Amino acid sequence: MAAASDRQAMTATPMARALCALAACWALAAHAAPDTLLGVDDARLLLTRTGFGATPAEIVAFSALSRHQAVDRLLDATITRAVAPPPPELTDPATMLRPARDAAAGERKAFRRRQRDAGLALRAWWLREMLVTPSPLTERMTLFWHGHFASSQQKVKVAALMYRQNVTLRANAVGNFGTLLHAVAKDPAMLVYLDTVQNRRGHANENFAREVMELFTLGEGHYAEQDIREAARAFTGWSIERDSGTYLFRPRLHDAGIKTVFGKSGSFDGDDVLDLILARPETARFITTALWRELVSPEPDAAAVERIAARFRDAHYDIKALLRAVLEDDAFYAAAARGTLVRSPADLVAGTLRTLDIVPANMLPYAIACAGMGQNLFSPPNVRGWPGGDAWINTNTLLARKQFLERIARADNFGEGAAMAPAPEGPPRRLRSAKFDADAWMAQVPHDTGADSRARALRMLLPIDAVDAASIKGDVPGVVRAALQDPVYQLE
Amino acid sequence: MTSRPHLVSRRRFLAWSGALAAAASTGGAELAFADAPSPAHYDKLLVLIELKGGNDGFNTLVPFADPGYAEARPKLAIARDAVVQLSDRAGLHPALAPLNALWKNNELAVLQGVGYSDPNLSHFRSIEIWDTASKSQEYLQQGWLTRTFAATPTPATFAADGVIVGSNDMGPLAGGGTRALALADPARFMQRAKLVHAAASRGNKALQHVLKTEADIVQAASRLDSEHAFTTLFPATAFGNAIRTACRVVASRASVAAVRVTLGGFDTHAAQAPTQARLLRELAEGVAALRAALGEIDRWNSTLALTYAEFGRRPQENQSAGTDHGTANVHFAMGGRVQGGMYGETASLANLSPNANVAHAIDFRSVYATILERWWTVDSRAVLGGRFAPLPFLVT
Repeated sequence: MAAASDRQAMTATPMARALCALAACWALAAHAAPDTLLGVDDARLLLTRTGFGATPAEIVAFSALSRHQAVDRLLDATITRAVAPPPPELTDPATMLRPARDAAAGERKAFRRRQRDAGLALRAWWLREMLVTPSPLTERMTLFWHGHFASSQQKVKVAALMYRQNVTLRANAVGNFGTLLHAVAKDPAMLVYLDTVQNRRGHANENFAREVMELFTLGEGHYAEQDIREAARAFTGWSIERDSGTYLFRPRLHDAGIKTVFGKSGSFDGDDVLDLILARPETARFITTALWRELVSPEPDAAAVERIAARFRDAHYDIKALLRAVLEDDAFYAAAARGTLVRSPADLVAGTLRTLDIVPANMLPYAIACAGMGQNLFSPPNVRGWPGGDAWINTNTLLARKQFLERIARADNFGEGAAMAPAPEGPPRRLRSAKFDADAWMAQVPHDTGADSRARALRMLLPIDAVDAASIKGDVPGVVRAALQDPVYQLE
Repeated sequence: MTSRPHLVSRRRFLAWSGALAAAASTGGAELAFADAPSPAHYDKLLVLIELKGGNDGFNTLVPFADPGYAEARPKLAIARDAVVQLSDRAGLHPALAPLNALWKNNELAVLQGVGYSDPNLSHFRSIEIWDTASKSQEYLQQGWLTRTFAATPTPATFAADGVIVGSNDMGPLAGGGTRALALADPARFMQRAKLVHAAASRGNKALQHVLKTEADIVQAASRLDSEHAFTTLFPATAFGNAIRTACRVVASRASVAAVRVTLGGFDTHAAQAPTQARLLRELAEGVAALRAALGEIDRWNSTLALTYAEFGRRPQENQSAGTDHGTANVHFAMGGRVQGGMYGETASLANLSPNANVAHAIDFRSVYATILERWWTVDSRAVLGGRFAPLPFLVT
């Protein structure tokens, strides 16, 4: 059949060839429309869902790309290391040294205070990275994995270990999921958080073995209690070298006996168990479903998930292949999916600052505001991470969000004064102001994107039509302020 | 269909005549028709205290007379002479000493062995089972209080059905269809509420949720202020602050039927003893403050406080001087109209295999049924998906 139609095409008249090309184009358009330009609305959708807000200039630049080109550009721009320099106390191993067991109470208290302060610096640093990164997608995925492979400073205590975990998540955020899983399993913060360091031959602690299956890879219902007990034995001996705080295998604590996991038996170690998990089809399905909820809609389309999960497995867990499959899928751009995702607090804070082109000199008040909205970075509520979706919004968190947005729009800089101040480590591309500059912002919005300045501004700020359109009026600062208070601003 | 529809069975006839007889004796007031005012007593307050992470019940109510206890707990066992003795078999963890005043006043019911069949050992799944009052293998979307208030609404004069204090997880008030507030501080809530304007529901599910939350804020904000200045000293802990906020809400004109506060950190897989002692002390001091403050405004006699948690912990301590996820657990029902005493039973710990967990004596839904039927006088069967016998821990 294929050969026959090739021959036909080769011998056909120019008119017939043109019709064939057109038909092929339609067929593709029905699925992925590779050559159609995104336009302003799809560009905004793509950028805000794969990053943290978007400036009008970024939206306009992406509007002239096809889906495929736009996704290429996002994936090509990904990085593996943060650009904002980390606070020195997070990279100095000396800050991690815990006081001895018999240390005086004052010494222990000083340690706790140091870790608390370092933890605050850590939160401010990450939020700044979300703001200044050349690849918002890298940070969005790093945040996604932080929620997925949740660990909390509340239990880990040592801020430098939380920082190192963040570095590991970013290094693999758009890399390979198998590599990421193995790295996270040996990550010192995770070893502490899920008690792997307590897991010894003859005295297994099942915490990590349970959560790695339930929450990190397979999902509930795809393993047995027996698999957890046996897998826990395989992870015995995974430990931490006390002074350096790095992973250390302690052979004397490892149970080298035969374990049976998913019906397979052998003298498995932890890496073997992770490979057994990666060989199960449920893993790709589980990760694809989680990413769908993050990027597309709260109601995953089972057929699309199945199709994309198969591609993810075929690509040997290449996260870029997974992202490409999701971001080029029609479902991602469907009208019905717009405005169905509730923005996370980190996205609301970093995204609003990015959208309005504001880079504050001090990020700490913003990190604290983010925590007040229910997302204390580096301290998710439990190993399931933040539940997300509608659960982000209750009366308490919604009021915290609205108050934050009001302060930003009123150019109240959380005590920083109104003077123009470049960020200390701001990006070289151009000077950003420490407060909202309505004129500079509006100058980025081309005139052909709306009937008047109000319409043009709303198209940049809101994912769907405003609920209270009548109250959004006045000059540009007034329009922006009212748009930020509209209920749909909470969505993307 | 062999029986004719107009024929009433003998059993149903007897049930009817019984109801009519009861109605006759009370002037008909007990017959609740669809359009009659709700007979529910939502003026009685429920305070739920979540012990998040799964509190270790065996070191909360210490079964010191059980020879299996010391065997299972070589490092963690609490000596008989250290406990607050409640009976010749069991006593409270020493950090719970402030609860002794309630016990002596018959205001503390100790519910032993509370759990459910086919227990799940995942924190998330098990708390979901408790919060939704589902069976172990049943997945429900709405919290059990959400279903209660949907079936039998609170009076329209109430500012909200329930309040979640100091947590962003709505727990038993999760799912649509209820008026639930989450708040940390009433004064700040009212200040910020000025930014909100209620709009009619529309759009997708996420937008509907945002709009519903805005409507809840507008309705509650006007009535959260309170004239009362408590003389009670609230503990200077996060839990103490949550108790103070709960008391302020109760003292305001808001009127709510339920409040949920949370004390977290009970997932003590390692070095349990100091952590649990600190948490239980916070719990007991918080409860003592709740009792004193609600006593000031004459609400302790119309308050029922109840602890709950996703599960208890395994009898056998682990090698890290901690305990792993278990099943049945001990809980406390407290209040001015509680019938103090011991209910249910703690399973024997003798001859347990090392990883064994214990069977439950009280289904947690029987505790809920007690609240629904004996406290609020609302139907429990539909809410709980079946008949669960109430317990006699309330003075009625």
